[in-house]
Amino acid sequence: MRALPLGRWVRAWRGPPRGLRGLSAHRDPPQQKVSVEVLDHLEHLALVDFRDAEGVERLQKAIEFADQLHEVNTDGVEPMDSVLEDRCLYLREDDVTEGNCTKELLENAREKVEEYFVAPPGNIPLPKLEERETFLQGS
Amino acid sequence: MAGTAARGCAGAWRRAWRRPGPCAAPRAQRAAACSARGGAVPAGHSGLAPWVPVVGLEVHAQISSNSKLFSGSQVQFAAPPNSLVSFFDASLPGTLPVLNRRCVEAAVMTGLALNCSINKKSLFDRKHYFYADLPAGYQITQQRVPIAVNGSLSYSLCINNKMSQMVTKTVRIKQIQLEQDSGKSLHDDTRSQTLVDLNRAGVGLMEVVMEPDMCCGEEAAAAVRELQLILQTLGSSQAVMAEGQLRVDANVSVHHSGEPYGVRTELKNINSLRFLAKAVDYEIQRQIEELENGGIILNETRVFDSKLGCTVPLRDKEGKQDYRFMPEPNLPPLILYDAKSLPANMNHQQVINIDWIHERLPDLPSVKREKLVEQYGILPEHSFTLMNEDGLAEFFENVVKQTQMKPKKVIGWILKDLLGYLKEHSLTVKESPVSSYLLADLLNLLEKKEISSTAAKQVLAELWKGEGKTALEIVKEQKLQLLQDQKELEQICQAVIDRQENEVMAIKAGNRKVLNKLIGLVQRETQGRSSPVLVKQLLEKKLSE
Repeated sequence: MRALPLGRWVRAWRGPPRGLRGLSAHRDPPQQKVSVEVLDHLEHLALVDFRDAEGVERLQKAIEFADQLHEVNTDGVEPMDSVLEDRCLYLREDDVTEGNCTKELLENAREKVEEYFVAPPGNIPLPKLEERETFLQGS
Repeated sequence: MAGTAARGCAGAWRRAWRRPGPCAAPRAQRAAACSARGGAVPAGHSGLAPWVPVVGLEVHAQISSNSKLFSGSQVQFAAPPNSLVSFFDASLPGTLPVLNRRCVEAAVMTGLALNCSINKKSLFDRKHYFYADLPAGYQITQQRVPIAVNGSLSYSLCINNKMSQMVTKTVRIKQIQLEQDSGKSLHDDTRSQTLVDLNRAGVGLMEVVMEPDMCCGEEAAAAVRELQLILQTLGSSQAVMAEGQLRVDANVSVHHSGEPYGVRTELKNINSLRFLAKAVDYEIQRQIEELENGGIILNETRVFDSKLGCTVPLRDKEGKQDYRFMPEPNLPPLILYDAKSLPANMNHQQVINIDWIHERLPDLPSVKREKLVEQYGILPEHSFTLMNEDGLAEFFENVVKQTQMKPKKVIGWILKDLLGYLKEHSLTVKESPVSSYLLADLLNLLEKKEISSTAAKQVLAELWKGEGKTALEIVKEQKLQLLQDQKELEQICQAVIDRQENEVMAIKAGNRKVLNKLIGLVQRETQGRSSPVLVKQLLEKKLSE
């Protein structure tokens, strides 16, 4: 069993952790503001609604918070995408153990037709930036 | 992997290619064009260099398993809507994916059969997009590190539309990945709504990505056909296109020889091998015409309209999709082992041993074809046809076992007569009213010279009606037995010679063709119960006396 992954982090740290909300003196100048195009793109992709300047500011702060990760020197270190990476991936036997609960599943559906879920005809894309009412237009 | 990939074709052309490096802008250039018909696609009126079509395929094969890839609900084709759906498949909160061992084994088998390197560590990712039949809003797939990479698939083509000349081609397999299938959407345009059935949501798929090594519809169809046969032989997928167990998307582009690849379009909604070939060929033609008329090709998705026989743009796409791939946080890496790396103290059920699977792979169609040729002395193209029809090879082998007739003669009866009838009546081998036993029985009568081959064909026609009679019974009923009495036959021959003075003179004068008329007359006298070969011998003997 190899050394706990924490060991890598300890070696790679340049110094003690920064305060959760404080800005570091060592950091690069604050990142550029997220552009309107990116915000619009995000609204299309994730169907979120930034709604107003405060929403965008919250996004901006979240990005700055995450940027603290750049302080860590990760040269030559394998990226870790999950704390589960050392776990064994459990393999299930190929047996039928679930299903047959149509009624329960359809209980929450607002509209149904003969045991089918009902959805709008195809995706209805968010209208283009110019064509919809959003505060992003003013930015 | 630098090198020369030489692939045989009637025109004996060679392609030299380099695998593009990280910053190669123009992609690998091809030295010559390809065409199953032995030539490049000629240019139209512009008189420019010939066009080189490039075809790549993405094949999705539904894994043949009892339950789904990440949940325990059943995999079945036709079932009441939403009856084979678990809470996980419906993406209800609080549910997690649990990987099905059988699906992993199926992917490993397929990877090995396609000469791939199996990645001992592969990863799962989420591919995000919105659609009503994808309840989670993402599909779990393997985008970064798939389970198998860098394989190859060899397939055969007949050139010149004759079965007599076959050529072997190879297409590189880029990768095989495990991923979830989506549910089904039924579009109800009249009521402007979509009905969603999640029975198929979460079923395991193997996506087989083929490099753009093909150049026309025929090659694409042949490659997919061979893949289909391999999957069916392995049992990893039933690969029936009509039931959606095998789906093909084609990427098509054209360029001039020596220039970089052209813009490609993606063709979807192809439901059969025949339509695949048609769609690809139509698209190649469309692109050539468009470019020759000064137009441009858009990087778009098009669907094949089988009724009109053309491809049309798919308008539902909202520009280029950004799938925002991210690692699947709920699944650790998939680790596979081989004989060397097998962990000592792990539960067997939790371990997948690549070598163990490799040892148990059945004979692939290509191996089976060679064995048939070797064992029975039949031609490669016969072997190809035998393997191409489900159950036909087995039928042939059963007949050979039960008859004294040589396999080389039996094959004619199988491929021409039996297969001819089956095709005419749209029957599969399994549905044949003539069993291998009945056919062998008939062929034995022929071999023992109790009937002529013409009579045999008559008997087969009668057997085809499936009325339960044996060959012998039909022969007796229709009085088809060959005359066994040589003396009687000689007398008849003599009688014909005596009667047909003019013809006899013509033959003696050198016109051998007239002999056929005499043979015909003898046949008529004997009501077809004489062997034409024997009659000819007797007549010739008498005429030379």
